[in-house]
Amino acid sequence: MSELKELIQDKLSKESFSGNGSLKALSQKGLELFNEQGIPTVKHEEWKYTRISAVLNKDFSYAEGATAITAKDVEEFRLPGHEAANELVFVNGIYHAELSNIRSSVDELVILPLAEAVKGEYKSIVDGNLGHSAGYHKDGINALNNAFAYQGLFISIKKNKSVEHPLYCYYINDARTVNVLSQPRTLIHVAVNAEVKIVEEEVTIGTSDSFINKISEIVVEENAQVHLYKIQNEDSHSSCVKTTHVRQVGVSKVNSVTITLNGGVIRNNLNFILEAPGCESNMYGLYCVKGDTHVDNHTIVDNKMPNSLSNELYKGIIDENATAVFNGKIFVRQDAQKTNAYQSNKNILLSDTATVNTKPQLEIFADDVKCSHGCTIGRLDDEALFYLQSRGIGDKAAKALLLHAFAIEVLEKIELEPIRQYVDQIISERLDFEI
Amino acid sequence: MLSIKNLQARIEEKEILKGINLDIKPGEVHAIMGPNGSGKSTLASVLAGRADYEVTDGSVEFLGKDLLELSPEDRAREGVFLAFQYPIEIPGVSTTNFVKTAVNEIRKYRGQEPMDAVAFLKLMKERMKLVNIDQALLSRSLNEGFSGGEKKRNEIFQMAMLEPKLAILDETDSGLDIDALRIVAEGVNKLKSKDNATLVITHYQRLLDYIVPDYVHILYKGRIVKTGGKELALELEEKGYDFIKEELGEEVEA
Repeated sequence: MSELKELIQDKLSKESFSGNGSLKALSQKGLELFNEQGIPTVKHEEWKYTRISAVLNKDFSYAEGATAITAKDVEEFRLPGHEAANELVFVNGIYHAELSNIRSSVDELVILPLAEAVKGEYKSIVDGNLGHSAGYHKDGINALNNAFAYQGLFISIKKNKSVEHPLYCYYINDARTVNVLSQPRTLIHVAVNAEVKIVEEEVTIGTSDSFINKISEIVVEENAQVHLYKIQNEDSHSSCVKTTHVRQVGVSKVNSVTITLNGGVIRNNLNFILEAPGCESNMYGLYCVKGDTHVDNHTIVDNKMPNSLSNELYKGIIDENATAVFNGKIFVRQDAQKTNAYQSNKNILLSDTATVNTKPQLEIFADDVKCSHGCTIGRLDDEALFYLQSRGIGDKAAKALLLHAFAIEVLEKIELEPIRQYVDQIISERLDFEI
Repeated sequence: MLSIKNLQARIEEKEILKGINLDIKPGEVHAIMGPNGSGKSTLASVLAGRADYEVTDGSVEFLGKDLLELSPEDRAREGVFLAFQYPIEIPGVSTTNFVKTAVNEIRKYRGQEPMDAVAFLKLMKERMKLVNIDQALLSRSLNEGFSGGEKKRNEIFQMAMLEPKLAILDETDSGLDIDALRIVAEGVNKLKSKDNATLVITHYQRLLDYIVPDYVHILYKGRIVKTGGKELALELEEKGYDFIKEELGEEVEA
């Protein structure tokens, strides 16, 4: 770990922070906290079941954005529907404008380095929102990303604009020669009455180890709508911590769907901070994992104002030696009367060596609220299986049909048809299900 | 077609079937009647291959094969169909998709090519009419939120699609009003032929007004204690199950 600290220290000492006040402060604070805390171990309550220190305990290079990744490499993993999408390519954590393909005009979609955004017309948005997630995650890994925040990207969806072309964000680690640790950082501003769909995927090129430590902060203004789709389908040598921190500062609606198919150690932090009355937040997740994949979904819904609705459904199909962790926190603050907050986590274990740890946590300080939570861990329903078999459907096909049916409840929340079909295809193949 | 000899079965430690003998030939309709707990549904479950029951003695031969040796899916593929008393709700699977999978799995077993989409749709439209079921219902998740009548009609629709040789109707009348009962019964009657057979399991006589049996068997305490023609059902309806107890020389509870 000390090597990692030296690496960062060395890197930061070479940077010039001239002129960008809040960025510099965040980076310096991040570095200090990281030096103090280090990478969280399983002794840390929030990291009890997820051992990222073991993954990071290797020689990692903080390779810069300048690598030999070409447009041809990008071609390999472009997602369906990309012909009509804005494609944002990040290489080793840094936004790569040449490889990106922006279709929307600047009066709809603004993309700027954070270091520039902090100086101009977006200064107050950056100052007011960047680093807000640090109030919810006080561990070393979050601090580590903060230390590199000055390299981040600012995205703004302009007022009254419904962005026709969804944003496809590819986070590429070039692990062809060395182990790569990257720290992508974005601040996304969705202005009043704007609408956007965002798809994110991590990609590792090469066979060395890859670790993405990403923070995305999203601020959603009055009457805006945001759809966030994450697709995680990597090899066992690719791990990540992805923090998505959504502040709904006006009455708005945000849907999030997180699909995890495979990878090394995967930790998703998803926070919804509901700061305006009457917000709607939907959080869906599906993890369909096998091998030695470890997936950990930590979610927070922080209800600060009255009359909001949050709906959370995470479903898991866990096979072979895979492990899943779900931790869902719901806070209902004193002013957040008439909050409706629902949470459900359902798991199906397909092998004796698959593991799941699930924990709901509700902290309610208001007295007039409706909250529910529930979790199930089980196997396929024998009655349903028998019903299918009694119609001539073989054991294997019956199981596939039931598992696909289990998954579909989450898949159908993806309101971007090419992406939904793409994910359905992978899931169906995984389950031997014929669409 | 079906020959059951001295069939004995239990669930956990409880003996339920204590030696059933029954022969069914193609073209016949048999009814099994009996009071609650007599073993009617157990018999249906054992024939369909539900895993909860353990067969302790006896044999079941179906079209020359040892039925008890076959998996539930192979029994269905050989031509056994069980219409469930309580059809299962399966969210996320449409009836159409489910039936299509079933039809093609059965065809595969019989060495036939899968049915193409056009032929399947044509067959489906034709069979939908039999039980007066509409397309919208079939596009929905299997049985999810269906009324009692819709569930039972869906069972008969599936039967119409799978064209079984032996259909076992387990308390198909339970929870149905008279109109729904008539629709379901008409569907069953239209599917009747000289080559297939029907085993109707029921507590009440009224279903047998619509599906007229050739034989009525009375099941009591795990045994068939009396067999007769369709008039036996009427007698049972008139006198109640106590008359069986009297005939058997049992004490009748006041």
